Amino acid sequence: MIDGLGSVQSVVLIGGTSEIGIATLREMGKRKRLQRIVLCGRQSENLQRTADILAVDFANAKIELVPLDLINSGTLSLVVEEIFDAGRIDVVVLAAGVLPDASRAMDDAEYAVASAKVNFLGPLEIGTAALSRFRKQGHGTLVVMSSVAAERPRKDNYVYGSAKSGIDAWANGAADAIAGTAVRVLVVRPGMVRTRMSAGIPEAPLTSNPDDVAKVIARRLSRGPVTVWVPGKLRWLMFVLRHLPRPIFRKISRGGKG
Amino acid sequence: MSSSTKLSGWGRTAWSDTHLLSVECDELVNGLAGRELAIAHGLGRSYGDCAVIAGGQTISTDTWLGMSIENGVLTAGSGVTLESIMEHWLPHGWFVPVTPGTRFVTVGGAIASDIHGKNHHKDGTFGSHVVELDLLVANGDVLTISPKVESDIFWATVGGMGLTGVIISAKIRMIQVQTSRMRTVTSRYENVHELMSAMILSDRDNKYSVAWIDMLAKGKNLGRAVLSNGDHALISDLSRRDRKTPLDYVPKQRIHSPKWFPNGLLNNLTVRLFNELWFRKSPRQSKSAIQSVSKFFHPLDGIEGWNRMYGSAGFIQYQFVVPDSAAHLVPEIIEMFVRAKCPVFLSVLKRFGDQNSGLLSFPLKGWTLAVDVSASFHGLFELLDEMDSHVVELGGRIYLSKDSRMNPYYLGTMYPRLNEFLAVKNRIDPDHLFTSNLSLRLGL
Repeated sequence: MIDGLGSVQSVVLIGGTSEIGIATLREMGKRKRLQRIVLCGRQSENLQRTADILAVDFANAKIELVPLDLINSGTLSLVVEEIFDAGRIDVVVLAAGVLPDASRAMDDAEYAVASAKVNFLGPLEIGTAALSRFRKQGHGTLVVMSSVAAERPRKDNYVYGSAKSGIDAWANGAADAIAGTAVRVLVVRPGMVRTRMSAGIPEAPLTSNPDDVAKVIARRLSRGPVTVWVPGKLRWLMFVLRHLPRPIFRKISRGGKG
Repeated sequence: MSSSTKLSGWGRTAWSDTHLLSVECDELVNGLAGRELAIAHGLGRSYGDCAVIAGGQTISTDTWLGMSIENGVLTAGSGVTLESIMEHWLPHGWFVPVTPGTRFVTVGGAIASDIHGKNHHKDGTFGSHVVELDLLVANGDVLTISPKVESDIFWATVGGMGLTGVIISAKIRMIQVQTSRMRTVTSRYENVHELMSAMILSDRDNKYSVAWIDMLAKGKNLGRAVLSNGDHALISDLSRRDRKTPLDYVPKQRIHSPKWFPNGLLNNLTVRLFNELWFRKSPRQSKSAIQSVSKFFHPLDGIEGWNRMYGSAGFIQYQFVVPDSAAHLVPEIIEMFVRAKCPVFLSVLKRFGDQNSGLLSFPLKGWTLAVDVSASFHGLFELLDEMDSHVVELGGRIYLSKDSRMNPYYLGTMYPRLNEFLAVKNRIDPDHLFTSNLSLRLGL
């Protein structure tokens, strides 16, 4: 159960090697209440290694590895069902994502669609299944990793941005649909975050670390607004950017993922 | 199946959706046959998550209201409130053996939490005055249990947080009083050390005793307090006018608090101001007075919905007890709150008498401190966890009816008879049909 101060006992991480995801688990783990951690991701050495490290750090928690590839639409909700059948889940974090190469995605439709499955369709299927189970069990928080790119995509990240817009819109709508219940959706819109995904891209202003994002998520698990920006100032920056005339926006938006 | 209701404890934290069921007792057996997780729910005055089950059936006892009295023993449905008991029987000279700081609790809840009052040092808990009770258990049977019949189930149920079954009704030994007034003495102490010495002395002579502490005062005023002692007034104590109606019971008209309070209303400034005014208003010299039952026992009941004052974050009531040998922890914990600059309203300090046979009953001989604090206070989680570690180390425990955040790891140490409780639970409810958010959280 999530306790009166928003501490978590059981969590599912979709994107089991996601740096923001792992940082979020560590932030939750500081409170020493975690009992069950389910890591979902493509089978890889990296996933196994992540699980091994977590097993040492969270000696009192049971760590489960569940192989899952977001490309495989249609099978994902079954995986979610199985996880919930084995016991209550307090939080599901949708943290998987890929940043497709912008120039390749411009011409390669298959490549673009594959990225959209990981960034949008897969999270949509899992999110739907998870919310449905949360409503049945009477509690739970779905954390959806969106991006400021969902608000105002740029020429060098619009394929990524379009998928994030999709999942962001779904999550915000779902949050409204379940308003008044104890189930919660948290939509997180970070700017650029220093991770593997953004390595090699010139750093944008207001770039944050995975830990910064994790802290905001952990603080907002049981209460507060549905949508949060990391850092918080981005909310106002994006508000301005959204309303900039297109030629000006085009001119100022260069490199960077955010 | 009834529709879902979003519910929390009195502290308005840890919300969950549950199916609220309000039925007659005989229908309840059918309701439970679906084998959906269930927990009984009275007036919802427990602060934490003990009277709600997420996704299951939360069984309201609000229709079980039968009541009669014979030879000083009250038979009451578990949904009967202490308020209605007083309204009905105080005019006839009967008073409840134990009342907590609110009269808005049910008989069922009073037993399941094994509540205590200002007279614990003399009279023990509510459960100690239960002669027998009817308990609906998981297989659909209604057991009549008492300290003599099925005593292990009885003492697992008294303080058992509703986890042994649903209490249907109970017989409670009442006390006889000459009047509905209280003879009280109020005294002020400049710090917690003076207070605690005074409490040890005054406990011997007073049936009722409790202290209110200003949790923001520091230095040589750390834990300054107002001690309130009292006993039921005799007819001879009353003024000539009051003697005409010695047993009148007219609880004060309740003020409704607004539906909404701004977050952050209770901050360091407002709370400090309130505590200061309250302390100064108390008499410097000990002062005797005749007070009504509601003024003496239930001062907060005058304001309905005061729990909303803490805003949307809700609040935690942190209540622990430590044995006499660890009395030094009381000032230490007060100091921890002060150092953390935690805006804490008045807190309550009380001495407990001996522990009873309840397997999960909270009170043990020593000191108990109850502190209300906003759940939005930054760093509260870590602060309370640290306090817990001291409480456990010194042989103390946390009150489960108030809890919504303690570390499950400590449960067995705090409640050394936990295994006996679980043995009874597993015997009469092997599938753990009776489960609450609290029991899920603590693995109870």
